[in-house]
This record gives sequence, structure tokens and C-alpha cells, in this order.
Amino acid sequence: MSKLIHAKNIIKAYDDNTVVDNVSVWVKEKEFLTILGPSGCGKTTILKILGGFVQPDEGEVIFNDHDITALPPFQREINTVFQKYALFPHMNVFENVAFGLKIKKMKKNIIDEKVKKILELVNLSGYENRLVTQLSGGQQQRIAIARALVNEPKVLLLDEPLGALDLKLRKEMQVELKNMQKKLGITFIYVTHDQEEALTMSDKIIVMNDGIVQQVGTPKDIYNEPANAFVAKFIGESNIFDGIMIDDYLVEVFGRKLKCLDANFEENELVDVVIRPEDFKIVNADEGFIKGKVTAVVFKGVHYEIVVSAEDYVITVHTTKESHIEDIIGLQLTPDDLHIMKKVGELC
Amino acid sequence: MLKKWSSRPYVLWSIIFIVVPLVMIIGYSITIKDPITGKLVLSLENFNRFLSPIFIRVFIDSIILAMASTILCLIIGFPVALVLSSMKKSNQNFFLFLLIVPMWMNFLLRTYALRLILGNNGLINKFLTVINFPNIQLLYNELAIMIGMVYNFLPFMILPIYTVLVKIDPLLLDAARDLGADNRRVFTKVILPLSFPGVIAGITMVFMPAMSSFVIPSLLGGNKINLIGNIIEEQFVRMGNWHFGSAVSIILILFILLSMGVMNRYDQQEGENIIW
Repeated sequence: MSKLIHAKNIIKAYDDNTVVDNVSVWVKEKEFLTILGPSGCGKTTILKILGGFVQPDEGEVIFNDHDITALPPFQREINTVFQKYALFPHMNVFENVAFGLKIKKMKKNIIDEKVKKILELVNLSGYENRLVTQLSGGQQQRIAIARALVNEPKVLLLDEPLGALDLKLRKEMQVELKNMQKKLGITFIYVTHDQEEALTMSDKIIVMNDGIVQQVGTPKDIYNEPANAFVAKFIGESNIFDGIMIDDYLVEVFGRKLKCLDANFEENELVDVVIRPEDFKIVNADEGFIKGKVTAVVFKGVHYEIVVSAEDYVITVHTTKESHIEDIIGLQLTPDDLHIMKKVGELC
Repeated sequence: MLKKWSSRPYVLWSIIFIVVPLVMIIGYSITIKDPITGKLVLSLENFNRFLSPIFIRVFIDSIILAMASTILCLIIGFPVALVLSSMKKSNQNFFLFLLIVPMWMNFLLRTYALRLILGNNGLINKFLTVINFPNIQLLYNELAIMIGMVYNFLPFMILPIYTVLVKIDPLLLDAARDLGADNRRVFTKVILPLSFPGVIAGITMVFMPAMSSFVIPSLLGGNKINLIGNIIEEQFVRMGNWHFGSAVSIILILFILLSMGVMNRYDQQEGENIIW
């Protein structure tokens, strides 16, 4: 499959502040791409450039092999679901959803039919004559999605569409959105700062920070093999320790030499060692590679988050077994639990 | 308790300055002084008198002139408000200030100043003489009254429209563009309908004073053109006939109430309501 939309080497600065620094984003047809990053990392700017609302300083946007960089939004086969929905307050639900179709001068019976179908899809049949101001946040959000989808865009841009919803509704909408995307076969480009949302819904994730792409990959890749300490820290919780690469497949960390699965570092290169809290195995005090005292236990529902103070290190561990403060426990690791990363300048 | 008490001054104020005068005007309008006995007699004679062709003519003239001034204010005011609302915030404040500064000056003074500009020896005609053009009669006609009304009431059209326009979320305009609307359609389908409450408020705030004004027509119309406001003034001040003057006032009040009611109805259909 070829690239449906490809933003090449985009640079955008406001005044002297470079918000997007040489970023390339591409997506294949029917793919669900998420741009993930903390607020202010430039992800929304990318979306606005793709939608045509912002002109990049440098770089180009290619859509189906055509350069659309200078094309205004209303000439692009792309629709957007805005962060605050941006529904037209002077129109009812039907008029909002039909807005794009009426602009295209479609016949009335075709508009009626399309609006009816799309409202069924978002589970809001029979709401045609309601004022949008009378709808709940979740309903407004569905109307915003319906208003964009009814135009059958090639690409749908979504700017943190679930940000304003409560947790339960958000989870439901995540599943619904993913199902819609599969059913309609539309390419989604989704912007969020919620790593869990990104992992749940995406085919591909681009992690951004400070206007720079940190990693591109499938949710699995990004979770299991974060490219650097920023990604590791941003995607899920992580323990990050300083280490020294002694040799291929051998790293010195916690003052011990441990086996790992990484190679091709320079000899004695300083590295970050990332270990997921759920990867530590709790064993009897003398059976682990390190032993320490439990200093905090927090019940998190499915698991306990315990903080272990071992020698000079503070380690966060997730476990389903209950532990108690002051317990002395041992921790065990297998080589594939250690993720070795090159040091990067600054961490968030 | 405090709540109940704190509204008392306002209630007292509105009784003294709104209810009592209104009742008095109604009282005057439905009575006449018997020329022989000098006693007050209940009568609808005052209203009957107004139905004569001369007064009806004046009434219609007033409506036409007020409407024309209001429409002119809207035609000039809407684009000004639109440009103003799309400026940078600091520039907005500066131009708003410029708009409001003339309102610090006395209304009469401003109208007298217009006479100096429009008069036969005024600024405009002097300029025309300099560039060898024939002089034109600008003062003492309907045009002069209209210029005076537009000049004095324009800020009352611009401000409410501007207030509504700046409150429109720019994201809505992006959304319209996203859905395929070019600039013209963004204006006709989103900006214009959303500015409607401001337009209604502006029309109300210009039409009401324009309809009842008597200073502008008497200063700029040169007593040649009588409007409804002049008739009321004349009856109260020169003729001393408070009964007929009150009747004309009541007719004017009813007309304005009626026209505002119609406007309000139109406004409510748009789902917003800011005047009533």
C-alpha cells in the first residue's frame, strides 16, 4: 500500500519558537495513525497543517501524489473533528450534520438519507431536530464525528476528540471510534496526549516531544521497545537507571553485571536502562539479584504498586501479590526485561 | 431580608420616575380642558385629532426617515464591526476608543458642529468653492437630518454587533472551512446568522431614538421638516397643549413597542434573545 498522505520535513515556527522541527508524517490508506505527545509538543500544529488551517514554513504535504501544501481547507478531501467539537450553535443536529453536504449542493433526498445513516452509525437517530446546545458532551462529540464523516473524507483528522469526556465515556468512545474506522475504511489521524488511548486504538503511533519525532512504530513496538528514555517514560510507567554497556548483551546496572538482549553499543558507553514495573518478579529475599525493603504500597485495583528501596536505588514494582511495608523482598529480572537506550540530552 | 430591602430604592426610583410620569401622560392624553368651564373632561378627542392627514403624514415621514437612518447605520456599521472584530486585540481597543470618544461630547454640541460642516458657508461648501465646484444645499433638508441621525447613532449600531462578533469562536469558522465552505459561505452561513442578535439590538438602539428625536430635525431640518418628535415638543413647549402632546407620545410609545415586539419575535426564531 502506498502513502495516502505524506507530510514531508515540516518546519513551523511561531515568532522564534519552533513548534514543529523537521517532522515527517505519513499514513497508508485505512490506517489508524496516532500522534502522541505531551501538550505543547507540536502535535496539534501538525494536524492543522494537514487540515490546511496553518501553512508550514518549510516542507510539503503530499496527498495521493499531489502537492496540496497551498490548498485551502475547503478544497481538501480531509475533514476534522475539533477538540471542542465546534458545532454550529445556530443550527440543529440535522443542519449541523448536513452542512458539508448542502455546501456541495447535493439533492435534498440524498442529504436526508446520508444524515439519517450517519446518525444511526453514531447512535443518535431521532435527534435531528434537537438544538446542539441541548446535547450532552458525549452526544455533541458524536455529532461532531458524524458531521465530519458524512462527507466521506479520505482522511479524518481528530484533535483530542475525547479530551472533554469522563473516563467511562472515553473508554466507550475509544472502542466505538475504532469500530467506525474499521467499518468505514477511512484513514484516521488522531492526536492525543493519552498514551493508553494511543495504545488501544492505533495501528501506528508517532511519539513527539518538543516538535521532534521521538519514535514511530506499532503500539507493541513502542511499548516494548521504546527508542529512548522519553518514550519509555511517556508510554506507561518506567524505571530508568543509569547503566554502562560492558559488552554486547552485557550491561552494568545496580552495580551488577546483568545479561540483556541489546548489542551494538560502544564499549563502556553510558546508557539508560529502562525496566517496566510489571517486569520485576518478586522472590524471597535471598533469591533475587538484589534485595530491598518495601517502603510504600498502593492498591491500584488490578495490581499493587509497591516502592522498593534497595541499596541506593528506588524501584517501582507492579505486582498482583500483596506486600507490606517493611517487608524485605528480593527482585528478579530476565534478560528481555532490560531495555537499553542511548542517552539523550534532556528528559522531560 | 437583605435581598428584599436592597431592591427598595430601585422600586421607589422606578415608581417616581417611570410609573408616575407614564400614568400622568396617559391621564393627560385621555382628557381635554373644556374651553368654557375650564374643567377636565374625559375624551378621546386628542387621539381623534391625530388621525388628520397632516399628522399621519408627519408620522409616516418620521417612520421612513428613522428606518432609512437605521438601514444606513446597519450598512455602514456592520462592515465596521466586522473589521473591528477581526483586528488584533490592542488595535481593537484603540479603534473602539475612537468610536466612543465623540460620545463624551454633548449631543447638542455635536449636532451644532454638523451645521458648521454642512452649512452654506460650511466646510464642505468652502472646499467645493476652492476646487471651483458649484455649492450644494446640504443643510435644512431630509438628507441633513439623516446625516445627523447616522452620525449620532452609528456607535449604537456598531457596538452591539461588534460585541456579538468578537464572541464567535474562531474554531467555528475553521469548522465551516473544513466542511467545504469558501470565505463567502463562511460569512453567509456562519458569521451572518450568528451576528443576528447583535443586528437586532443595533436596529433597536438606533431606530428608537431616531423615531423620537426632535433635536436633530429642528437643528438640521431648519423647522421646515416636522417629525413626530417636533410635534410633541411643539405641543408641550410652545402650544402648551399637554393633552394632545401626551396623546402623540402615547401613540409613539405604542408604535415603538409594537415594532420591537415584531423584531423580538423574529429574533426568538433565531434561538437567541438579548434585548427583552
